[in-house]
Amino acid sequence: MDIVTVAYILGGLTLGSALMVILSTHPVRSVLYLIVTFFMISANYILLNAQFIAIVNIIVYAGAIMVLFLFVLMMLNLSKETEPKSSIFMKIAAAIAGGGLLTVFISAIKKASLMDPSTVVNADQGLVKNLGKVLFTDYVLPFEISSVLFIAAMVGAVLLAKRDKQIIE
Amino acid sequence: MLLATIFESGLSMEYYLILSSILFVIGVVGVLVRKNAIIVLMCIELMLNAVNLLLVAFSTYFGKADAQIFVFFIMVVAAAEATVGLSILVLIYRNARSVDISIFNKLKG
Repeated sequence: MDIVTVAYILGGLTLGSALMVILSTHPVRSVLYLIVTFFMISANYILLNAQFIAIVNIIVYAGAIMVLFLFVLMMLNLSKETEPKSSIFMKIAAAIAGGGLLTVFISAIKKASLMDPSTVVNADQGLVKNLGKVLFTDYVLPFEISSVLFIAAMVGAVLLAKRDKQIIE
Repeated sequence: MLLATIFESGLSMEYYLILSSILFVIGVVGVLVRKNAIIVLMCIELMLNAVNLLLVAFSTYFGKADAQIFVFFIMVVAAAEATVGLSILVLIYRNARSVDISIFNKLKG
């Protein structure tokens, strides 16, 4: 099979599973469809020669963030019965707004003129070796600062989720 | 190892531009249409992923690795954001016994 056909099929599957995220009424089913979407996006990354990002996407998004979402969903014990329904007017308004936004995007893309692609083919640029070199030379300061961000997020999450009584003690 | 990129096999950059635009719009419509706060947070993740996909596509198109580093940092920030957002959500659920965003309208004038 042609690789361009593979790209089109992957794109279709990505959009289909993303649509199912917002269309399915059961919240757990929404989370599972979002995991499928992340796997499809990872496959797109592999197609684009970004192997490191593909693996990190699976580990961080499908592995860590979505498990967090599933845990919260199960902890709050949400089901189809507790799922709040939005009115038909709201749905129509959202569809019109989304369609308008998409029209703006696509007309802007059609008007834009892209620069020529890179003639230097560097298929190894998405591998850990090359990305690590860039990360630890040009972007080492943001990398270190992101660890401070993580500490702040961790402390904030623990502090927020704690009950008030326990803080006073 | 000298693999050809997918753009040399005849796929145009417009395909990825339109694909990520549609993915982003699906996320926006999800934020507008769903009332469950957890699903709204998930749709924000979907929008972030649409941007990530576009950044990686441009990175391959121009042969520069910098955009992939940006994707890495977006993932870092998304992980931190999801953690704090979900803990705020648990706090809200503990007080209001619901995750319906339409009941959180105390700031409405």
